[in-house]
Amino acid sequence: MSKVLILAEHDKGALKKVTLNTLAFARQYVAKFGGSYDFAVLGHNVAGVAEALRGYGAGAVHLADHADLQHPIASAWAKVLADLAKSIGADMVVAPATTTGKDVLPRTAVRLGAGMASDIIALTDSGAFARPMWAGNLTGNVKISTANKVISVRASAFDAAEATGGQSPVVAFAADPALASSRVKFVSFDGVQSTRPDLAEAATIVSGGRGLKDRFYAVTEPLADVLGAAIGATRAAVDDGYAPNDLQIGQTGKVVAPQLYFAIAMSGAVQHLAGMKNSKVIVAINKNPDEPIFKVADYGLIADAFVAVPELTAQIKALRG
Amino acid sequence: MKILVSAKRVSDPNAKLAIAKDGKWIEGDVEYILNPFCENAIECALQIAEANEGTETVAIGIGDDETARFIRQGALARGIDRGILVSAEEASIDSDLIARIYQGVVHREKPDIVLLGKQAIDGDSNQVGQLLAEYLGWPQATFASKVEVSGNKAIVTREVDGGLETLEVSLPCVITADLRLNEPRFASLAGIMKAKKKPFDELEIDDLDLEDTDTKVQIVGLSTPSGRKAGVIVKDVTELVQKLRSEARAI
Repeated sequence: MSKVLILAEHDKGALKKVTLNTLAFARQYVAKFGGSYDFAVLGHNVAGVAEALRGYGAGAVHLADHADLQHPIASAWAKVLADLAKSIGADMVVAPATTTGKDVLPRTAVRLGAGMASDIIALTDSGAFARPMWAGNLTGNVKISTANKVISVRASAFDAAEATGGQSPVVAFAADPALASSRVKFVSFDGVQSTRPDLAEAATIVSGGRGLKDRFYAVTEPLADVLGAAIGATRAAVDDGYAPNDLQIGQTGKVVAPQLYFAIAMSGAVQHLAGMKNSKVIVAINKNPDEPIFKVADYGLIADAFVAVPELTAQIKALRG
Repeated sequence: MKILVSAKRVSDPNAKLAIAKDGKWIEGDVEYILNPFCENAIECALQIAEANEGTETVAIGIGDDETARFIRQGALARGIDRGILVSAEEASIDSDLIARIYQGVVHREKPDIVLLGKQAIDGDSNQVGQLLAEYLGWPQATFASKVEVSGNKAIVTREVDGGLETLEVSLPCVITADLRLNEPRFASLAGIMKAKKKPFDELEIDDLDLEDTDTKVQIVGLSTPSGRKAGVIVKDVTELVQKLRSEARAI
């Protein structure tokens, strides 16, 4: 019997959906191997996040509310998360593979003497964890041989779990982050000011490659505007300075799975495909018919993006009146 | 000041990979490159050294003679002062053991900053820097896009979801490099010649006084992910819109 502790991801007091994708993994795990799951909510003034998680069938929602947890400083969060796991006897700690999860979980693993598997996309019947490796070229099944296990979950590989009703108790945890002795100080956060949806949660993504050159925004923005879509980019477009890094989709960037993905003027490098191939519908627009992006696209249009995308934008706009 | 920086070789992600017969690693004629994020880390170490006179830079790699070649050509030829190779078979170590090997080297070398790539693009775990920081009890600043060192502090800007976070960490610390941190320089011909004569130590894991060399995570099987099937090619934008509307019901 396992006891799984799920670290909730939130943004200034609002629960993020990736937490529910991660819950879906935890439910699968306890359905297969037995046990129960609890949530951990870390932060400051985040009682609302704990409240939002009460209807999801957890044994308890543990609330570690402390001024020194306001920012997700890895050393402080990892200590509190590991302390909590020990105090409730959790043998598995799970979080979404966001930048916070990636930052905090390995340190938690060391504190628990646990092995950690990153970026899990599936669970096998024998208890191995499947994860993309070699830039997405291969899938590795890995076993964790320690009694305690730490897992980061690739949210796009699991459908968000539904609420089950009920009212899990919220239990306060007396957190001791020891931030003062951790020799780290939060200085500032420079948030991306955008009226567009978050890449990780967008239903539609308009993504551009190197082929758009310095007209990257001129081509992608109008289409994204009419669709209410987020904008993404390939590593090549980022490398060449046409798009900022926080738009980068791929194995080493963001991993997304929207309902509709427009892949514009990109080749379809393996490492990019690893970040978007779980999208429901993929549209590729490229003038070179031999590009590998057409091998994964549901709809391919062999055309010059500079001509086709404005036309596409105009037609969709006309449809929507 | 002293900086320890990683130089890991990885298989070229654009080359075709063959899975070994036991299904646990890759085999055959693999083409290797220096891990791109290690290139950013090396460049960052060189820039800190250039701005802080008297800084010593040391590159570390874990592997075999081939790895040694990458330490020389990828790190020493670019300007890193000396190299350390820890002999180990890459296929039989996990992130946790790599972090503990680094920890052993840190105890010998006593660097002020350990600079690593944020992840290696073969294992893709994104764990070693964080594990190492916790084993050492040091602060960390992962996914760095800007690093400024002054006195015994580093101001690090990090690429996080939704924006950029800036942290101030006291030295000694662990920093992991993200893509935008810098443009890695190329090795000059003079650099390549000099690299051959730079100090180079070879260590065995046994030299590092680790408690054990057990792994915590093991690969039990590799497979090629099942791909998507190619769909249809539409003749023009009008057909695309029509299909997206009536067939895919996506717009």
